[in-house]
Amino acid sequence: MKNMKKEKVYKKPAFWFFSIPPVGWYGVFMLMPLIMLWAFSFGSTNEQFQVVLTWTTKNYLTAFQPIYLKILLKTILFSALATAICLVIGFFVALYISFSSPQWKPFWLILVILPFWTNLLIRVFGVSTMLSNSGMINKLLEFFWNKIKILEEVLGWQILSGDYFEPYDMLYNYGAVVAGMVYVSLPFMILPIYSSLDKLDISYLEASLDLGASHTRTIFKIMIPMIMPGIGFGIFLTFIPSLSTFLIPDMLGGPNAQMIANVIQRQFGAGSNWPLGAALSFILMYITFAFFFGHMLYGARRDKR
Amino acid sequence: MSKKKRQNEPLNYSKHILPRLMFWFAVIMLFFPIISIVIYSFNDSKRITIWRGFTFNNYTKAFFDLGLREAFINSLTIAAASTVISLVLGIMSAYLLWRFRFWGRTFYGSMLSLPIVVPEICMGVSLLLFFNKVFGGISLGSSWPANLILIIIAHVTFCFPFVSMVISARINLYSFDQLEAAFDLGANEVRAFFDVVLPFLKPALIASAMLAFTLSLDDFVITFFTSGPDSVTFPVKVYSMLRFSVTPVVNAASTILIVITVLLTLGGMAVQKKVLID
Repeated sequence: MKNMKKEKVYKKPAFWFFSIPPVGWYGVFMLMPLIMLWAFSFGSTNEQFQVVLTWTTKNYLTAFQPIYLKILLKTILFSALATAICLVIGFFVALYISFSSPQWKPFWLILVILPFWTNLLIRVFGVSTMLSNSGMINKLLEFFWNKIKILEEVLGWQILSGDYFEPYDMLYNYGAVVAGMVYVSLPFMILPIYSSLDKLDISYLEASLDLGASHTRTIFKIMIPMIMPGIGFGIFLTFIPSLSTFLIPDMLGGPNAQMIANVIQRQFGAGSNWPLGAALSFILMYITFAFFFGHMLYGARRDKR
Repeated sequence: MSKKKRQNEPLNYSKHILPRLMFWFAVIMLFFPIISIVIYSFNDSKRITIWRGFTFNNYTKAFFDLGLREAFINSLTIAAASTVISLVLGIMSAYLLWRFRFWGRTFYGSMLSLPIVVPEICMGVSLLLFFNKVFGGISLGSSWPANLILIIIAHVTFCFPFVSMVISARINLYSFDQLEAAFDLGANEVRAFFDVVLPFLKPALIASAMLAFTLSLDDFVITFFTSGPDSVTFPVKVYSMLRFSVTPVVNAASTILIVITVLLTLGGMAVQKKVLID
């Protein structure tokens, strides 16, 4: 290894052979487009509808106007809400799997991972058919509604108003978007929590219970602090992709419930504002990077302790 | 030992009501939408959510739908081409990082994880912008398969860093001494790479090829921004079908895609297991 380090790398044809294709591809097709997008975010459209680079900050100022700022804040808020719901469900699911008997464990894990193998588009389509007015959830509600109606007649009470079941409009609002995000991200929350729960030395939990702590107290004071790395990683894997999700609000939210990605997409559609779209893309990217580095810093600080 | 202990009461949380309820709730929730898509693909009706009897007609309709078939062939071509290119670039990239110490090595290595952090939508619009401004003047031709080149470029761009990372994980296990031994015994750079390093990477190559293929086949967002009207992939086609007319044919097409992805993943796992045993 030491000899290899000292040899003159730049004189070797093999070095150039192995470096130029991947580094070149990366530079041209990954970095160049991002740099162009960054430059575009400081551009403006001239009379010929062409974008010229004028180093204006107008696009960023427009991006922070109430209409866009509201969508941006809603994006962060609803991503956080979806992450919180995922965390609660994911924790209990991971708890169940990690404490079930060894012969069932791999099977339960596969059950959780399997849906993740299908295409995102198809999963979101599945959620949209479920939530639609003639979808499964409304059918189920209708079934119970009719049963209660029969009960009403028998007992002579009035519990439900109306003679017919009115389907609930569950699609095309932020609730549907959050449901979609929870659906798509749940395996990403379960797996990291499961892997840290599985490594946990349970004698700590036993000690806590033996010393008289309740289950709730044991879980909150002993178990959760010990599996914090897994929870942190799960939150990271759920929250960050939710921020930039495009397909879920597009198919489940409709025009009433948009996220920042839909606004970006619209700016790049026919006859719209590319510089503003570029500015919004970079704002989204900065937010993502901020959370990414925040997570890394948090991890580094925790490991030091 | 700890595994046995986990089954002891009262610690066994799988016996508690809340985790148990949540688990089954989550499993039902995760499977219900997918299963309902599959069930309604056999529906003999124009509407997707009203059941009118069992039929295979939607599958024959999906099969004879020219647009769908074209999109399907496009998807497979793009996935195959981008897998091959990503594999070559990924191997080069991982070998470069392992074999040579050069200026900017750490920077390049950390930059490779950018596709994980950069939101898909940002990558999509940046490539749209790039192709529009740089390739806009050059006509790549609208005939097959030249019309797919831009999508293949886009897919390789987000696939090959993943390939490089998977191969890096394997190549870092390899002892540098073996490469030095090969050089001492008179091998040149080419032979040392093909006869000594490459055979060791075989399991990682299969895993990363599978990863690249499924990443490419499944991608919607980046393809959505880089595809034109005459270069549509399967997910993009299904998306536009959902936009305009939701009929059970969409369900049939989706079911085909589900079956293909599951078979590919299972097949890949089987192949990998076999390689690892060998």
